[in-house]
Amino acid sequence: MKAVVVLFPGSNREGDAVRALEMATGKKPQIVWHAETELPAGTDLVLLPGGFSYGDYLRCGAIAGRAAIMDAVRAHAARGGLVLGICNGFQILCEGGLLPGVLMRNKDLRFICKMQHLRVECADTVFTRAYTKNQIIKVAIAHGEGNYEADDETIKRLEGDGRVAFRYCDDKGVVGGLANPNGSTNDIAGIYSDKRNVLGMMPHPENLIDPLVGGIDGAGLFKSLVAA
Amino acid sequence: MKARVTVTLKTGVLDPQGKAIEGALKSFGIAGVDSVRQGKVFDIELSTQDRAQAEVLLKAACEKLLANTVVENYRVEIV
Repeated sequence: MKAVVVLFPGSNREGDAVRALEMATGKKPQIVWHAETELPAGTDLVLLPGGFSYGDYLRCGAIAGRAAIMDAVRAHAARGGLVLGICNGFQILCEGGLLPGVLMRNKDLRFICKMQHLRVECADTVFTRAYTKNQIIKVAIAHGEGNYEADDETIKRLEGDGRVAFRYCDDKGVVGGLANPNGSTNDIAGIYSDKRNVLGMMPHPENLIDPLVGGIDGAGLFKSLVAA
Repeated sequence: MKARVTVTLKTGVLDPQGKAIEGALKSFGIAGVDSVRQGKVFDIELSTQDRAQAEVLLKAACEKLLANTVVENYRVEIV
């Protein structure tokens, strides 16, 4: 598994992403600057980390989604290559046309930084095969714009095709109501592309890989990636 | 040549900022406000003097970057 982490001006979670990937793959992933036009040869996984690319100016992820490297990332995804966008990375994937929909301002307008339970909606993808279907995991969320919105037809398609990756829930796995931190449609916390080789998610699995910081529920995602 | 681009949320898209502003206006006792939707305005200076060329350029700017057409509409005015 050759992984790379793309660095945009204003990314700030790349260190966490590097650490999680290194722990899972045994190799330090290469950092790729946003102005590059090609990915390193043999890249299997591109990770777009969290942060505030371009200061969240215009719209979150809008400018990064059109950065030079994104043409290479789109081509990589079109070839079936793996792409994982976390938090700002998810916003960049939506703005960059790799995933449908958009992340709007949280419904209560507050930046939310807390632990959050998620329900793993499918465990048969390359990103989640180390989990079980409907497993409840506890990871961190930290975002101001995580309210996933898309038109009705898109939501119907995502639901019908099993492309919802994770949903916000409470510790018992119940979705809806107060368990939804940001107002996302259908409690959606993460979605897949149509071929399920691109995953975008607001929560931070890369921060929950070490018992020292309160849990290792995020490690399953990185273990899944290297299980091939 | 100068232009103004206005980007607004499409009808039906939840606008929590607009809602908060609407609530604030009402709480300040400004009567008669039914609803508020927040948008963005871009004032752009163009090097071209050709109106048709400006329109083409501005449409490209809106489609490529200024608006997210999933949730936003845009309007271009050449002033």
